[in-house]
Order: sequence, then C-alpha cells, then structure tokens
Amino acid sequence: MKTALLISFSSLTRHIHQWLTDLVGHPKYVLLIEMALTGICLIGFLVMLSFFLGYMERKVAAFMQIRLGPNRVGPKGSLQIIADTVKLLFKEGLTPTAADKFLFNLAPYIMVITAMLVMAPIAFARDFQIWDISIGILYVSSVSSMAVIGILMAGWSSYNKYSLLGAMRSGAQIVSYELSIGLSLISIVILTGSLKMSDIVMSQQDGWWIFKGHLPILISFVIFIVASTAEINRAPFDLTEAESELTGGFHTEYSGMKFAMFLLSEYINLFVVSAIAATIFLGGWMPLHIGGLDSFNHAMDWIPSSLWFFGKTFFIIFIIMWFRWTFPRLRVDQLLNLEWKYLLPISMVNVLIVTLMAIMGWHF
Amino acid sequence: MKLLGEDVVTDDGLFVVNMGPQHPSTHGVLHLKVWLDGETIHKVQPHLGYIHRSIEKMSENLSYRNFIFATSRMDYLSAHINNEACALTVEKGLGIQAPPRAQVIRLLMAELTRLASHQLWWGCTGLDLGAVTPFFYAFRDREAINGIMEETCGARLTQNYMVPGGVMFDIHPNFQKRTKEVIEQCKKNLADYDQLLTGNVIFEQRTKGVGVLSKEDAISFGCTGPTARASGVSCDIRKWNPYGVYDKVLFEEVIRSEGDCYARYMCRMAEMKQSISIIEQMIDNIPEGDFQEKTKAVIKLPKGEFYQRVETARGELGVYIVSDGAASPYRVKYRSPGFSNLSALSHMAQGAKIGDLVAIMATIDLVIPDIDR
Repeated sequence: MKTALLISFSSLTRHIHQWLTDLVGHPKYVLLIEMALTGICLIGFLVMLSFFLGYMERKVAAFMQIRLGPNRVGPKGSLQIIADTVKLLFKEGLTPTAADKFLFNLAPYIMVITAMLVMAPIAFARDFQIWDISIGILYVSSVSSMAVIGILMAGWSSYNKYSLLGAMRSGAQIVSYELSIGLSLISIVILTGSLKMSDIVMSQQDGWWIFKGHLPILISFVIFIVASTAEINRAPFDLTEAESELTGGFHTEYSGMKFAMFLLSEYINLFVVSAIAATIFLGGWMPLHIGGLDSFNHAMDWIPSSLWFFGKTFFIIFIIMWFRWTFPRLRVDQLLNLEWKYLLPISMVNVLIVTLMAIMGWHF
Repeated sequence: MKLLGEDVVTDDGLFVVNMGPQHPSTHGVLHLKVWLDGETIHKVQPHLGYIHRSIEKMSENLSYRNFIFATSRMDYLSAHINNEACALTVEKGLGIQAPPRAQVIRLLMAELTRLASHQLWWGCTGLDLGAVTPFFYAFRDREAINGIMEETCGARLTQNYMVPGGVMFDIHPNFQKRTKEVIEQCKKNLADYDQLLTGNVIFEQRTKGVGVLSKEDAISFGCTGPTARASGVSCDIRKWNPYGVYDKVLFEEVIRSEGDCYARYMCRMAEMKQSISIIEQMIDNIPEGDFQEKTKAVIKLPKGEFYQRVETARGELGVYIVSDGAASPYRVKYRSPGFSNLSALSHMAQGAKIGDLVAIMATIDLVIPDIDR
C-alpha cells in the first residue's frame, strides 16, 4: 500500500480520542462526547458548505446568464449569502391561521435532519469517515427517501392549494425516482460485493468504476445523476416548487428561518447526492489510479485525498447546476414517463448486464 | 370556521385553484379560476378588471392630441404601434397623411417595437417553462432596442412618439447607425435563441401538441396575430389592409398549420426574422423632408365614425372613434388583440395539465393592461 504519502486524518482523531480518554476516563462518556463533537462539527461544516454552495450557484447562474452575480458584499460578493442568512434570521416566521401548526413547524426540521443523516457514511478523505456502517449504500438510499415525508408534511400542513399540489407531485416523483437510484447503486454493489462505503472506495484502487466498468457503469452513472437530480427536486425536475406554475410549491407558506431550512436541506442534498456519485462511480477520495502504472499512481498520491473527494464532488455539483440553468422544466406526466418508461427499464437491463459482467469477470 | 366551500372543492370533487391575480406566470394581474381534477384542468375562467383604468372613458375628455398617449399604457410592449393606430385614425378623420419621412420612421419604429416585444416574449416563455436563462439573453437584446428608442423618443417603454400628422420630432442623428448595429447583433443572437430553447427536447415535449387551437376555433374566438396565424388563419393586417408604407416593403406573412404551442412559438420566432428584414430594407431608405404634417393647434374631427386597424406584436388592434365635431372624441373603443386571444385560453386548456396552462398562456403572449383597459 502506498499510503505513507497521503495526509491522513487518523492521527488527528487518534490524538483527540487519547486526550478525551485521559480527561474523562470512562469509554462510554468518551464516546458520547465524541458523538456530540462530531455532530457539532458536521452541522458547522454543512452550514458553511451550504453557504458556499449558495454562493457557487449564484455565480454559476450568473456566468451562464451573462451577468455578474453577487459582487457587493465582501470580496467578489462572497459574503452576500451571509447577509441573506442574517436577513432570513430576522424575518418573521409566519404560520398560516388554518395550518396544522405542529406539522408545519416540524417539516423543515425533518428535511434538514434527513439530509444531514445521509452524511454519516460518506468518506470525505482517507480515514475520515463518521460512521463506516456495513450497510452503507442501503442506509443512504433508505434515509434519503425519508425526505419525501418532510415535503408531504409541509405541503399538507400549510393549508395552501399550491403547497398541496406541490407535495403530491413530489410524492409521485421521489418514490418513482428512488427505484432508478437504487438500481444504479446496485450495479456497483454487484461489482464490489459490499455495501460498505470504505470497501467500495478501496475497490477502486486500480481505477475508478466509471473507467473499469465499461458502458453499463457509464449508463448507471448517467441514470444516477438524472434520477438523483429528480430526487432532490432540482430543475429540470423541480416540479414540487415549479415557480411559474405553483408559485413556491410545497414551501409557498414558509418564511424566515423555516424557509431557510428548506434551502439548507436543498443544498445539503445536492452535496450528498454528488458526494455519493463521486464515491461510488468516481472513486471517492481515491486518487486517479491506473492499474499497473505504479509511478503514475505514486505521483497521483501526492495530491491529498480530501482534494480528490471535493474536486470530484464539486465537479458533479457543477454539472447538476449546469443543467438547472439550461433546461426547461418537465411536465408532471412526462416526468413519470421518463422514469417508468425509460430510466427504469434501462436500469433493469443494465443491472442484468452488470451481473453478467461481474460473474464473467469482464470488467477490469 | 368553514374550511371547505364551493371555492375549494366542488360537489363533483373538482379542486378549485385561483391562479393570480398575483402569480408568477400570469404576467400581471390576470386572475384565472381553474377547476382541477388532480393535475388535469377541467375548466378555466379568466377574471378581469384588476387593472382596469377606463382608458376609453378617459379619452372622451382628452383632446385628439392627448388621447393617443393613453394607449401607450395599454399594450405597453407595443406602445409605438398603439400610438400609431390612434394617430392614423385621427389622420383619417382629418383627411391628411403623414409625410413620407414620418411614415418610414413610423414603420421602422413599429418593427423595432415588434422585435423587442417578441424578444421579451421569448424570454418570458422560457421563464414560464422553467428555463430561467433565456430571460437574461432576451433582455440583453431588448435593452439595446430600448436604447435606440430612448435616444430618439426620450422614453424607453411608453414612447409617446406618434402625433396626428407624423412623429413628434425627427430621428436622432445616431438612429440609423445604431439600428444597423443592433439589427446585426440581433440576427446573430437569434441563432443563440434557437440553440438555447428551440431545439431542446424538453421544450419540444412541453409545447408540441399542447393547447391546440383549430383554424375554425381561432376564427370564431376572434384570435389574431401570431396566435391565429399559427392555426393557419391568414390575418396579418400589414398584408391585408396595409397602412403606412407596409405595401412598399417585402415580407412574408408567417403561417403555420399545427395550432399548438410550438407552432405559435415558431411563428413568433420567424416573425422576428421578418421584422429584421423589414428594418433592413428601410433603414437606408428614409426619405428626406418633413417629419410632421402641419395641423391646427386644436384638432377637431368632423362629425362621424372613424376606424383604423393595425397589426401590433400581439395581433389586430382596432381603434374606433365616434366624433360629434368637438375637440375631444365622443366615444372611443379599442379592439385589443389580447382580449380576444385570451378568450380562447379556456378552450385550449381543457384537459391539459397545469404545466400546459402556463405554456399556453406564455405562447398566446398575454399583456394584461391590453386586456383590461
């Protein structure tokens, strides 16, 4: 293993663990404190991340729309998003009179919590993972499908016709596209033989799956990107909020910080699906390796693993943003047609081919 | 508290949604009451009157010079053409004609207005169908045309440039040079428009076969302009009843037969090219001479009725003036294109989805102050 050159976070975490054990003593309490610390770090990281993604989205949109984007607050407008957050914090959070107040207030939290939970098994860098759960992929796809509950809850409890329509659309949409996502993930699981995220990353040591897996994996990668864009309700599949049709869709009635929560969850989801795509198809933190070319692989190891991970993730995020600002929106029946008549059959056949490929050992 | 009423769910289970008067895609204060069966539209009922300013009644107390400028506030995207219609009607009543120079200037201004209006419509159509980017490209080009307007007329949107007997002042010295530059740029940008939206698979799916209006229906609803021409009705006033110097320029009347949203879209896209070609023909041929015919300080029309129709960016605009010989009209009536085109909306949207309703509204190019005068 050529790991010596990589910057590893394990020594840092080991030091913290050692220090806490010396300080507190009982391993149970140490674990509790460590969990709390991780949670705080994760929340902080995610908030910073969504700030960055918000800024990035505006700049990318501006770039595509022949304008400048935010350029007043802070250097090159980089603090604009913080100003916006402060504004949202001070805004009044209105609750409609006829709304179901409990569900109405709960919905944004469910959205954010589900989005954050999916972060657990993602490996950000070598030896830097919160929870290397043995059913990683299954965990990701099951937890992320809970987001639809938040949307349905928001739409139903708002007591607004547009919200309800938006929520019903999202119910159909997310449940359908869940299938394609599952199938495209399965194709990698078949090749790797493991649901564990770390195993999947390690299996790409001599090349990423997108290169090793021939055309079928390329197809599942494309299907994954399309379906996950639909899953996180981004254009051209943003039917749940379809501004020109349903004003704001399921979050029409939300304002202030509760609205910000939906925005936060959207950006976290965007990051999560891109991170998963990067991990599964593009090798996660694994540098670009080509089996057999040792000197080349060695050179690639010099680039820190976290850079690899974030580079790939942001590349996919950029692609998703790119088609958000290029394509018109699909209609609701066309959306379901696309899934049930095209993506699902294609991915089913694709899984069969991948299985055959795995059995015969045709992949690299 | 009564939660469910006839305005929420009807007895036969239809869901009632009020689109507007404040809704992102009604482009103003149009109020559509929509009866929905799930996502499918059962019935659409437009409710008007939110922006009624009684322009027709107001005109009865305005002089023949002044009432023209109220029409800039009707269809604000073709203010020039509206003004021209009124000016032509008054000229008809006076029995005079604008000098050749003024007529060519009018034509150029009208075609620039049409081009700008169609550009804005293109951007808004993209926006309504969920593509935000076209909007910015459309506004970039429209801004250049507004710049020309500003230079010559002093205003960008409500230009108020036409007066009975000609135009208010001569064109700016830069007018010809700038127009040529802008037209050159617009020609290049039209290719961009096609790349961004026209050939897109999602766009074609959203518009082809959606909101079909047959030729017979288009005629019976009184549709005009690109909305009717996309259904195969030949109704371009510039061809059938030429006013000004339209009989001296070469252009094609764009007619398509499908009658769906895509046909309406393609019709307007082709009309932009025609407008550009008209401007190219006339921009170097502006005759020398007066820009305004001499008229009396107080214009009085002889007793009688006068009617003039013109082709605005949205269709046929008719101006009907009844005069009793006084200094202001006895009665003014406008036949606005938007009103008749809107009347076909309910017919087109039947059985469509909510997303289709937005596409239909976008492609019939509604301007609400034109519908509600």
